[in-house]
Amino acid sequence: MDRVDIYPTHEYQGYHFRPGKPFPFGATSVSGGVNFSVYSSHASRCTLVLFEKGEPQPKVEIPFPDAFRIGNVWSMIVFDLDYENTEYGYRFEGPWAPEDGQRFDSSKILLDPYARAIGGRDVWGVKPDWNNAYQHRGRLVYDDFDWDEDHPLETPMEDLVIYEMHVRSFTRHPSSGVKFPGTFAGIRQKIAYLKELGVNCVEMMPIFEFDEFENGRVHPDTGEQLYNYWGYSTLGFFAPKSGYAATGKLGMQVDELKALVKELHRNGIEVFLDVVFNHTAEGNEQGPYISFKGIDNKTYYMLTPEGYYFNFSGTGNTLNCNNPVVRSMVLDCLRYWASEYHIDGFRFDLASILGRDPWGAPLPNPPLLESLAYDPVLAKCKLIAEAWDAGGLYQVGSFPAYGRWAEWNGKYRDAVRKFLKGEAGLAGEMVQRLEGSPDMYAARGPTASINFITAHDGFTLNDLVSYDDKHNEANGEGNRDGANDNDSWNCAWEGPTEDPGINALRRRQMKNAFAVLLTSQGVPMILMGDEVAHTQFGNNNTYCHDNEVSWMDWGQVSSNSDLLRFVTNLIGFRHAHPVLRNRWHLTGRDQANCGYPDISWHGILAWHPDLTGSARTLAFMLSGANARGGAVHDDFVYVAMNSHWDSHWFELPQLPSGLQWRVAANTGAPAPEDAFSTGDEPVLSDQGGVLVGDRSVIVLVGK
Amino acid sequence: MAFTVTSDEKNGIARLTLVGELDASAANDFRTAIEEAAGLRPKRLVLMMGGLTFMASAGLRTLVFAKQKMGANVDIYVIAVQEPVRETLEMTGFQHSVIMLDAYDAAEIEDL
Repeated sequence: MDRVDIYPTHEYQGYHFRPGKPFPFGATSVSGGVNFSVYSSHASRCTLVLFEKGEPQPKVEIPFPDAFRIGNVWSMIVFDLDYENTEYGYRFEGPWAPEDGQRFDSSKILLDPYARAIGGRDVWGVKPDWNNAYQHRGRLVYDDFDWDEDHPLETPMEDLVIYEMHVRSFTRHPSSGVKFPGTFAGIRQKIAYLKELGVNCVEMMPIFEFDEFENGRVHPDTGEQLYNYWGYSTLGFFAPKSGYAATGKLGMQVDELKALVKELHRNGIEVFLDVVFNHTAEGNEQGPYISFKGIDNKTYYMLTPEGYYFNFSGTGNTLNCNNPVVRSMVLDCLRYWASEYHIDGFRFDLASILGRDPWGAPLPNPPLLESLAYDPVLAKCKLIAEAWDAGGLYQVGSFPAYGRWAEWNGKYRDAVRKFLKGEAGLAGEMVQRLEGSPDMYAARGPTASINFITAHDGFTLNDLVSYDDKHNEANGEGNRDGANDNDSWNCAWEGPTEDPGINALRRRQMKNAFAVLLTSQGVPMILMGDEVAHTQFGNNNTYCHDNEVSWMDWGQVSSNSDLLRFVTNLIGFRHAHPVLRNRWHLTGRDQANCGYPDISWHGILAWHPDLTGSARTLAFMLSGANARGGAVHDDFVYVAMNSHWDSHWFELPQLPSGLQWRVAANTGAPAPEDAFSTGDEPVLSDQGGVLVGDRSVIVLVGK
Repeated sequence: MAFTVTSDEKNGIARLTLVGELDASAANDFRTAIEEAAGLRPKRLVLMMGGLTFMASAGLRTLVFAKQKMGANVDIYVIAVQEPVRETLEMTGFQHSVIMLDAYDAAEIEDL
């Protein structure tokens, strides 16, 4: 029997339609048509605006009959639409009362907040027609995709090695050699590289649709267009960035991204998305109407009592995340990406904003964060907070976690940077950071700590050891942008040099950083390109550069092969040793009754760490019998760190009879003796001690 | 160019020959042909694509439909695909879901 609800009941200018379903929001394919559903708490009327793809003028504007509104939701099923060639938007009528937060303007055509594909910036960098009244257009998407047996990998958090990546930068450089540079498809061609490196999670910088032309600046020297390159400025939370897809011009970006996720999963690599829910691309009262501002300004944005925009994001506006309606949208969004794209985890940009109430005050029990933590669809997703915001809230170590949330550990970054550059007095803090920061995450375990030394914000690792100061002149902001407190050290010369001693020291410092990062408890995160010494030429805020400043140079895979090999071996070492990847904090006790504590601290003298203010040496030993509380058996691991400018002899703790110390890595040794693959570690000649060179790290395995 | 699809079946091999541009307006014809072919319960589905000059999103949708309609035990061969269509399949990763050959290879396809 045919259903009666698939027949049109109304007609307008040749278009047939009927009352729609309020749920789900957005444009959804139904039998014979498309269900459009959109809500506004304060609008009085709504009109559906349909375009032929790319045409400047609408082909029809269908006012929603009054009967089509249920509560604050307007819904309508329109029949016989060519879904490939249809674009849609809305006009809303309502009060113009900025002092009350109302900014309705029916002359604007507005993007559906739930649009699952957005047209208008189909191909990266192709200049749009600025005279077009409707720049960012909702498009229709079918959810069919051939996933086969794919599902999110659910890799245990403690086993992850995260690789933070910019989609376009990864393969845009001509040296990448991929068929579709700078795209999701391009990444697919480089999966073998990622797999060989050993990372098992890629964290993509924002891939929600954004406008690369949002930045109006030009390069102060060359005059070239500067972009909103990183994309931390969302147009629509449900749509992938079309310009990141080789198929964007064909409208197949959804398929292309899903194919990438599927292929990464097939190779054991999880996919995290960097999501930006703290603000949108609409700016403040001076900014453009794109979507939320004209649909329900007072609901979507945090507003001052006078109706101006709070600016806790530093970008002009702040999404009102703890309004119940906005909270639902965020939940819907993440559920959509988790279920429809099989995304494994999310990193939340400026996540502390998500814990503020509608008036900006930090909440003790933020409903959005709690909802995300307990959501059934997101139950296995990793949730990672950038636990601060631009409004001064800094919650590293205290972010409301509900047993779920991990954090970018900014304190780990700062402490390790300072220790490695040779600052005295860091040994005590390093004990905490190397153990997974139990001082900050006592009840949450080391997996709450995303350990990183570099990330997209700031210097690359190469630049961290090559520059004392930022060099951001090319950003066109007079070098005022970007962080000033970088804890970097240029090794005695600012920028590139031919001095072999300085270059050798820089190389060693990079290896030191990787050795510390990859032997720390917690979850390591590596910045794309650091494994081959990518440079941004001293720029620590490359948000606007679609050029060689940002692009990964694949020629460095061969020119810096020694560093790549070192990193690959260290990642392999981490994967081989569960004692480095504990789910719960180490205790300093011998839970396995093997005669050694799970972790012990040492210095130049075994069993006697120097944690005084002048110390620049530190060592620790992990007993494999105590790995994961004694649940698995592993080898002994010993790591000696010397950030002093002189070499030091480290007395080694004695191993049980029959075991020997072997060298897994020694950053003070020339390649290829600087790191060995698992199983090939040579026996240490003197089992009683080891000379750790100046500014060097040695990793030993006892077996 | 108008889209046409012709079909034949022999010894458990269903063969569809596609010519023209496969877009939303043509996808229904292709889908119908796939349903008819699936009804024959073939062991292999062969898509002769040498005459197919363009494939839009709707065409990709129909290929996905074909794969799921035929089931995991039916190999789908895509034969002699032109470069623009090949690129579309590569960019969307669908080439991993089918077997692509430059020409009809009876020795491989008909070896049941």
